[in-house]
Amino acid sequence: MIRIHDLSVRLPGFSLKKVSLSIQQGEFFCLMGPTGSGKTLVLESIAGITSISGGTIIIGGRDVTSLPPNQRGIGIVYQDCALFPHLNVKQNIYYGLRYHGGLSTTSAKRCDDIIRQLNLSRILHRSVIALSGGEKQRVALARALATAPKVLLLDEPLAALDPCFREEIRDLFKRLHSDTGLTVLMVTHDFTDAHSLAHRVAVLRNGKIEQTDTIPILFKRPATKAVAEFVGIKNVLPVRIENHLLRIGDMVFPYEGKNGKKHYAAIRPERIHVQAEQTGRQMKTGYWGNLVSAANKGLTTELTIDVSATRLKAVLLTRSFSKMEIQPGSSVIVSIDPHDIHLV
Amino acid sequence: MRSRKLCRGTYRHSWRFASKSVKGKDPFLWLAVGCSGVVVAFILIPLFEMVTQPTIVSLKETLMDRDVVRSIRLSLLTSGAAAFISLVFGTPLAYLLARRGFPGKKFLESIVDLPIMIPHPVVGIALLSIAGRNHPIGKTMQAVGIELMGTATGLITVLTFVGLPFYINTVKAGFEEIPPRLEHVSRSLGATAGATFFRVTLPLAWRHMVVGAIMCTARAVSEFGAVVIVAYHPMVAPVMIYERFTAYGLKYSQPVAVWLILVCLVLFALLRVFSLKRKPAP
Repeated sequence: MIRIHDLSVRLPGFSLKKVSLSIQQGEFFCLMGPTGSGKTLVLESIAGITSISGGTIIIGGRDVTSLPPNQRGIGIVYQDCALFPHLNVKQNIYYGLRYHGGLSTTSAKRCDDIIRQLNLSRILHRSVIALSGGEKQRVALARALATAPKVLLLDEPLAALDPCFREEIRDLFKRLHSDTGLTVLMVTHDFTDAHSLAHRVAVLRNGKIEQTDTIPILFKRPATKAVAEFVGIKNVLPVRIENHLLRIGDMVFPYEGKNGKKHYAAIRPERIHVQAEQTGRQMKTGYWGNLVSAANKGLTTELTIDVSATRLKAVLLTRSFSKMEIQPGSSVIVSIDPHDIHLV
Repeated sequence: MRSRKLCRGTYRHSWRFASKSVKGKDPFLWLAVGCSGVVVAFILIPLFEMVTQPTIVSLKETLMDRDVVRSIRLSLLTSGAAAFISLVFGTPLAYLLARRGFPGKKFLESIVDLPIMIPHPVVGIALLSIAGRNHPIGKTMQAVGIELMGTATGLITVLTFVGLPFYINTVKAGFEEIPPRLEHVSRSLGATAGATFFRVTLPLAWRHMVVGAIMCTARAVSEFGAVVIVAYHPMVAPVMIYERFTAYGLKYSQPVAVWLILVCLVLFALLRVFSLKRKPAP
């Protein structure tokens, strides 16, 4: 449905470098990345709001690269909703209809359906200034859907909402997407949103796509060090591969792959097993470590452990950690299943 | 509960601070209050004296004087025309400056501000120098029958020149206050750039445009230096005041000045009304 090939944008101090994406008809696709990675720029380039310096953009089989935004058949919803403050809710929703054949029986029915689905009937004649965050977002969504766009572009639509509204709007997006089968491209930096909504995710960093995959693969097998760090893998450590052995500092693990150019081992903190020294239980591969700190994060506790000169981060359930009766300075035994080591 | 206590504490502290200051333990505050008093007195006392010195009879007589009425009417009409021209030509320029980044933008902004900095008699001489027969623009103007020297056209030209920066800067600030995303959304909904301007930008910026036009008019009404070079006649109000002052003295110029001040006060009141009534952004 959306095909972007070698999209490049040059701005003072920042540029998008040959971004390519392919989003299927009816897919819910998330574009993720840290702040300032160029996510919104990609979205606005697709919308035709930002002028591009190279590449092609195809929406619904039509090359729209040189078309103005009003001819691209897209709908856009921003984080701040961008509602027209001089118009009431109904006028906002109906704003685009005059550019799409006016108020016909079909469009009126479509708008009525959207208003009903988004539960906006009671606030139709209210000023948009007085609406709550969730209501504003629903109006912005209704306005974008009223013109029956081929593609819906969402720019961090949940980021500015209170947690209660956030849940509500997230469910709404999910329901609307499954009901309408609309192609959606959402920019976000929130994994919860991506987990619950997206079929596939692309990670953007410094204006360049690092990886495009499903969320589980992105978490288990990040393609680069940057993606590994972005998906919360706190142990991204330099590695040496010699004679079917992986060496991470003084730790050695069996390795079945070929000697290659992989430079880092990515290990999720929850996959690092920690035992108190005195428990005496045997582990297959264990190393002595020194507990440097333990940060209570509520349900979990994040441990910082030095194994020789290698610093590891491990996460334990706070309840399990309390049972271990260890504190900073204690010796611990650290074990890692070689299958949990992902090379990038 | 805790936060409420904290708030109250902060409030009490600031109240104590203020009360101590008023009691005279903060010399800087007293210095600031003293300077403010001097400034306010400096502005108000001469104006108050001028407004109260002429008698009602002399004010009435001045209002019956056809020359005075004609000069005030001419001042208003030419200034209004200057504001209208600024609106027509200045609005697109203000929009361009507010929304687009391009090479030479700072230079263009400086050019817009230039009329504020140039001594106004110089403005008059500069305009006359291009309106003469020796200049191609002057030749073209004379060919189509446009004369600047001693005409209402000359007055409007010179008043537009001095008023334009006030209009453009005010409207530019207005456009800058409107989030560009509103225009982006409008474009994505199918509106062309023109339709977006008239349906989104203009309804949100009209108050700034009115304020800009009032500022431009007020500036033009008070213009003397450039006007007296380009068109001593037909006589606008500031020139009339000057002529009465030089020919008959202070007493005869004051009633005309009072009426001009009243006109300016009306403009000032309109300015306050439009600049204060602003809707909050969503």
